Parts: sequence; C-alpha cells; structure tokens
Amino acid sequence: MPRLKEIGFVIGLVIVGVVFVAAVIGPWLTGHDAFAQNLNARLIPPFWMEGGSSQHWLGTDQIGRDYLTRLLYGARISLFIGILTVITSGIIGTTLGVLGGFYGGRIDDAVLFVITCRLSIPVVLVALAVVGLVGSSLTLVVTTLGLLLWDRFAVVARATTMQIRSLDYVNAAWCSGCSPLDIMRHEILPNISSHLMVVCTLEIALAILLEASLSFLGLGVPPPLPSWGLMIAEGKDYMFFSAWVIMIPGIALFTLVLGMNMVGDGLRRAFGTQVIK
Amino acid sequence: MTAILDVQNLAVRFGPTLAVRDASFIVQKGETHCIVGESGCGKSVTALAIMNLLARNARRDAKSITFAGRDILAYSDRQMEDVRGNRMAMIFQEPMTSLNPSYTIGSQMTEVLRRHHNTTKDLAEQRAIGLMQRVGITAPEMRLGQYPHQLSGGLRQRVMIAMALMCDPELLIADEPTTALDVTVQAQILRLLAELKQELGLGILLITHDLGIVARVADHVSVMYAGEVIETGRTADLFANPSHPYTRGLIDCVPVPGKIKPGEALGSIPGTVPVMKDGFSGCAFRFRCPLASEVCTQTVPRHEVGPDHLVQCHLPSRQGAGQ
Repeated sequence: MPRLKEIGFVIGLVIVGVVFVAAVIGPWLTGHDAFAQNLNARLIPPFWMEGGSSQHWLGTDQIGRDYLTRLLYGARISLFIGILTVITSGIIGTTLGVLGGFYGGRIDDAVLFVITCRLSIPVVLVALAVVGLVGSSLTLVVTTLGLLLWDRFAVVARATTMQIRSLDYVNAAWCSGCSPLDIMRHEILPNISSHLMVVCTLEIALAILLEASLSFLGLGVPPPLPSWGLMIAEGKDYMFFSAWVIMIPGIALFTLVLGMNMVGDGLRRAFGTQVIK
Repeated sequence: MTAILDVQNLAVRFGPTLAVRDASFIVQKGETHCIVGESGCGKSVTALAIMNLLARNARRDAKSITFAGRDILAYSDRQMEDVRGNRMAMIFQEPMTSLNPSYTIGSQMTEVLRRHHNTTKDLAEQRAIGLMQRVGITAPEMRLGQYPHQLSGGLRQRVMIAMALMCDPELLIADEPTTALDVTVQAQILRLLAELKQELGLGILLITHDLGIVARVADHVSVMYAGEVIETGRTADLFANPSHPYTRGLIDCVPVPGKIKPGEALGSIPGTVPVMKDGFSGCAFRFRCPLASEVCTQTVPRHEVGPDHLVQCHLPSRQGAGQ
C-alpha cells in the first residue's frame, strides 16, 4: 500500500507528464489551426453543453478559433516560459549561491547583498515596467522573469553549499589536488542538485503563474499567441453568458501549477531523508 | 636513507591562538613516522599545514618545509595543486564520509589520475583495478561501478588508500586512518600500509592518538603536546626510554592485561591540553606534570638523550646538575 505522500507525487507527475505530452504533440492532433478565425462559428460551447458539437470539443472563442487547440498551444507556451525562465534564473541563482557559500567572507557578503536587493524588488511591478517600456514579446517575458526569479536558487544553493564545503569528501578532494573550480563543479554541484531540483519545480510553477498574470494584464505574451492568461483576459467580457471561456484555461492553469507543486513536494520528501550526508 | 619530508620550525596560528609551535620532524623514504598526541594537540593541523590546506583564518610560518628536496613553503596555489594527490596523498579518519556520494568508485578513482596525468579512461581504470586488487578489494571490476553507500567502512578505507596511490605518491599522510574502523579491519589496514611502505618505498606520516598503533607500525615517533613536538626518536628507543613526563604518562595510560587488576583505576593524566595564546613561555605541560618545578616556567631546552632521540624538557638538565 503506497503512502499518501507518494500518491501525491505520482498524481503530480501524471498531471505534468500529460500536460507536457499534450503540449508537445497536442496542437497537431486536433485537426484545427490555433490561429484560424471563423466568425460564423463564434463562441460555440464545449461538446457536453447544449449547442456543443464534436467538431470543436471545447468549443470556440469569441472569434471562432478552436478552443482545445488554443488550450494545448497555450500549454506549450506556459511550459516553454516556465522551463526557459528556470534555466536562466537557475544558472544565475546557483552561480551566485555556490560562490557565496563556497568562498564565504567578502564574496558571501556581496552575494547576500545582491540577494537582499533582489528580494526588495517587487517582481510583477518590474516586469510590468519593463514590458510597458519595451513592449511585450515572448523573449522579453522569459528574460525578465529569468533575471528576477533567481532568489530562491541563490538562497538554497548558498545554504547547502555551506553545509557541504566542510564535509570530509570535499577535504579529500582538496587533498587530491582539486582546484576551487573542480571542487565546485565535481563535489558541490552534484551534491546540491537534488535541492535545486525541488526549487526548479516550484519556480517553474511560479513562472507559469506570473506569465499568466502578465498576459492577463496584456503585458505578457502578445496576441494572437494563445497564452492561458491571455485566453482568460480575452474571455472575461463573455464570462456572464459563456463562463466556460474563462473556466477552461483557468482550470488548466490551476491543474498544471498544482501538479508542479505536488511534484516539488514529492521530490523534497524523497530527497529529504538523504539530505547531504 | 633520504628524507622525503623535512619540516623545520613549523608554526600555525589561528588569530591569537597557537595551534602548532615550533614543530620539526623528518619523514624518511620507506619509513613510517607517527605523530602521537591527545585530541587538540595540533596533529591534524600539522598535516593540513604541510598540504597548505589550512582554513583561511590560519597563518602558517616555518623555517622550511622540504618535500623531495624542494622547499614547498613558497609554492603557489597552482604548484601545490600539482603536488597534492599526485606526489603527496592523504587519507582520512572517516571512510564513511570521505567519498563523494554522487559518483561511482571508478569515476572518483580515475579522476585523480586523469587530473594529474594525461592518460586514457581505459588505462586509468586498469590502474584502479590493479590497485584495488593490491589493497585487497575483491571483485574490483564490480566495485568500479558501485557507489560509496554500497561499500562497508573497511572497504571504503581500502578504496581511499587505493585512490591515494593512484598517482604513485612519494608521501602518504594518514590522519587517524583506522580510528573509525573495528579492530580486525584496523589490523588489516595497518598491515596493508606497512606492506605498501616497503613495496613502493613510500614515506608515511601517520597521525594517531593510539600508542598501540605506534608501537606496531612506526619507525619513528614524534610526541606532540599543545602544538609542540616534545619528544621524538626511533620507536624502540622512545618506548624503552620515554624521557618526557608526558610520554611516560601516555604510555602508562595504555592498559596492559595482567598488569592492571580488575577494578583498579586505569592510568590517566589529569587535566586537558591547554589552549596556547600569544606570550606563553615555558613548558606547556607543567600544569599537569607530576615533576613540575620553578624552572619549568622558563624556556625549555632540547636535549639529546640518545642517538636520534630528542626531548624537550628541563628534566635531563636538572638530573645532570644533581648527579
């Protein structure tokens, strides 16, 4: 009998896996173009509602685009942004954190100062300002979020590096003639990677949510790209009579973020028992 | 005999605290030199000072540290990286935690060789397998692919030794290599070290607090107290004629079956090793010494009480004056 926490991990993994596969191959399987408009077929409800058709399983939006195709395409964009953001922020945060934790002293003070500065900056506000100044684009959203969301990576990498740097096998590595760079690459990084993985999942979820928020405000992914946040924004005028227009992307967003967090929690528990030792 | 390591007047300080004071000793090629002493007497710091791997708040001073004929005191970090693991290797007290849990035994062993020498992965693996066989590891091919947690403590210490030998070092520094192992494994590891010493002409600097080990494997002994080498000599001489009250105390602390009756108190030296600060003079052992007198507050002279047998104590001069 598997324990409940493992069930949570498996459910999360299934959700993320399904979304991932759907995002990669989905848009090709629905038989519709995510950008093709058809004003004669506007706001068709999903198939289970009155007036729905098997032609458009999740109906169509206000300008007649197939909603399922757009939803799947939106998943692609969400994951794309989530993963690219985390790669960028992960590199920045891990580098800073490992350097600070490894060298200590002045370098650590500097790293701590940078982390504190970063924590005092409201992410959404800066993202809004940047996008407002430069104009919205997918690259810009990824860059902005990537340059802002590295704080947790830095904090976790710094703390775990400090724990590891004085362990016996690191001393042994020094004695075998490793340079500081060797130590960081071969001794420290592999042994803090499990912790960073957990941060990764949580940050992907956060980046997806932030992208949706920015897109909802019209400052994220530019139309006609189908982002979930943008879909909610576009549908909000119709929510009184066609509530599914915002409920479908809303539920998708909720489920993906929930799944990501469940995976993160599961990983943390799995690694928790053998934390550095 | 030629000296592989010659440490002259080594001193290490952490701020105002003196961890090692004026320590001098010589490790000969093909010889085991033991440094004995209580916890906190500066044994491990001495080893790290030789490797130049002290913490950043430590300061190392010495007249000279000569390794294989070269003064390594002035070596740059880069030069020391070439020496460490290559010509001078070290093994540690805790085999359970001295291997990186993220890599297989094979990749850790071959990495040492490939860092220092330009060889292929296959050749490095061949050498690793050969050395693992030499140190008594069964099925070395299988071990190469295993992770440290799959190995027992004794096996890991053997892996550590094999790893230290990968680059054919001239000096092996062993910091309490058997403390964490059980007695049977301890005996095997000590025998292995003795064999390797003879076979490869290794110089071994063995750090321990266990006089039993010293008596079994050492050729030379240096007794450390509060950062000073207070007595040094050939093992047989030192055990036959312990000249410093501290050495005598240490030897008396070893329980001998038959000599000590059940229920009788075991020998001990009251007190602990004092922390040395700036401005300290005289003998550091005088607070615990049963033979201490006025003169012990003055700078302690070094006496030669036998061939190659030095002791740092006022006692021989007092006896000399009395006779």
